[in-house]
Amino acid sequence: MIQIVRLVAQRIALGLFTLLIVTLLIFLAVELLPGDFVDAILRQGRTQESVEVLRRQIGLDQPAYVRYFSWLTNAAQGDLGYSFSNERPVSDLIGNRLYNTFFLAGYAAAMAVPVALTFGILAALYRNSVFDRVVNITALSAISSPEFLAAYILIFVFSIQLGWLPSLAHIAIDTSLWESLKLLFLPAVTLTLVTVAHMMRMTRAAIINLMTSPYIEMALLKGVGPKRLILRHALPNALSPIVNVVAMNLAYLVVGVVVVEVVFVYPGLGQLLVDSVSKRDMPVVQAGCLVFAVTYIGLNLVADILSIITNPRLLNPS
Amino acid sequence: MLPIMQSSLKLLKTAPPTAFLGLTILTVVLFAGVFAPWIAPYGETDVVGAPGLSIGGDFLFGTDQIGRDVFTRILYGARNTVGIALLVTAMAFFIGVVFGLISAVSSRWVDQVLSRLVDILMAIPPLILALLILTIAGTSVLNMVLVIAVLDSTRVFRLTRAVGMNVAVLEFVELARLRGEGTWWIVRHEILPNITAPLAAEFGLRFCFVFLFISALSFLGLGIQPPTADWGSMVRETSTLISFGIATPLVPAICIALLTVGVNLIVDWFLYQSGMRKE
Repeated sequence: MIQIVRLVAQRIALGLFTLLIVTLLIFLAVELLPGDFVDAILRQGRTQESVEVLRRQIGLDQPAYVRYFSWLTNAAQGDLGYSFSNERPVSDLIGNRLYNTFFLAGYAAAMAVPVALTFGILAALYRNSVFDRVVNITALSAISSPEFLAAYILIFVFSIQLGWLPSLAHIAIDTSLWESLKLLFLPAVTLTLVTVAHMMRMTRAAIINLMTSPYIEMALLKGVGPKRLILRHALPNALSPIVNVVAMNLAYLVVGVVVVEVVFVYPGLGQLLVDSVSKRDMPVVQAGCLVFAVTYIGLNLVADILSIITNPRLLNPS
Repeated sequence: MLPIMQSSLKLLKTAPPTAFLGLTILTVVLFAGVFAPWIAPYGETDVVGAPGLSIGGDFLFGTDQIGRDVFTRILYGARNTVGIALLVTAMAFFIGVVFGLISAVSSRWVDQVLSRLVDILMAIPPLILALLILTIAGTSVLNMVLVIAVLDSTRVFRLTRAVGMNVAVLEFVELARLRGEGTWWIVRHEILPNITAPLAAEFGLRFCFVFLFISALSFLGLGIQPPTADWGSMVRETSTLISFGIATPLVPAICIALLTVGVNLIVDWFLYQSGMRKE
């Protein structure tokens, strides 16, 4: 038990350290920008005085490390500065979009995880059968295709040819849950297709990997049936790598959302981020990157911790 | 016939159908890319017909949103997109292999510094980091090439370091050291020849990743800029046509997927051949 606690504490410390470095990186990005905030905000009508006043107002007369810590504490409290392009607070711009992005990612995850585990276990159970081959080939092509291919094929078939589902995910604050589930069905399926393949392959590999170990052979010799063999004997030990790959894919999902949001014109954080990159609206990009990076690192941390906790060898040390 | 040609012919005969498919796709794409100006019926940016003509009419793949021939632009796209992806992968490999080898043969201290740096770079999602850097530097092809090359070199670094370290502790390397050979000589004559197989397989996989990454950035409008023909941005540009029931944006998207599948199949075969994969 103490061993586990120590391992977990180590991982958390490492994760926090990485987060700190990442925030530093994102902060330094602005420092590298030619000119500063003031030049960007006061494009015309600038006088020596107005520049000085504004500089003092937003604290640019202070050294960089002071500004870094005030930026960090402000960001932790939800104050992310003002957008260059429309001078609204970044937190206002992001708030609702963040919810939209997480909603879409969660929706996709709710479909992808059960499908991936079921197909992975079935493929391992019926190894080298036609079913296994078909699943493998599908997985390879899904991994190799860009997100937008899956998205446009789905749009072309289900919303243009068949007219069953909308091709654009126009969602407003007052859209009902049922309506948003329907609007978001195609984007969520796209994300599912892209992530299922990897999770499924790893599940299959983790189980097959275990099948060669002596204790499985023992169970086989004892006359245990194939279903019981996989579900009772192999799965508990395969759980740790599987849980790990699931959490890692959820992290990937949150980032992969960017392209899918652009395809379906979905008002999420990814689309805002892409728009702001082409407008070079630094505070918004900073905030967007911060949110994505924190989520990604956080989920990877969860993946590590879960894989430690679910490892039966660590739980019952002999 | 040269012996090397004979052995490669023999190897080709034993290739499974999947590898054959992969090789065919790769050959066709490379051929199209190299000879694009000679095969293409029109110029790269020529407007040749009405906008948004559908597939299979006067034009093989139809025309795009302003009336350029999609088939022509696919051929030029093979040249631009694949060319840039190859360049980026080569750069990523150069950076990654050099630093990976330095890390493998240098003192513990140098190795620790390099490895921790790479750990941090890899903890950030590549797309997000690329977007951040492109905002600072501005979106241009050169910036994109440099950013992706550096980001991707981290994975090459990890692999090179790992396989390099395994070789560096073997007896023949120690023998070379005792003989008084310099570090650079040992790297070139003892370590590099022993790690080329995993590196070659990795090159194929990294190429796929880089290629998809460039396509995604171009699709988002942040990579290769119009009017240059490029598969990713072609999808973006023609995407409005899909709401009229014209499947044009699917053509470049399918090309991207086909090439990636093809390279993956070749890598699988190669791994199987060199005994690195049992299944």
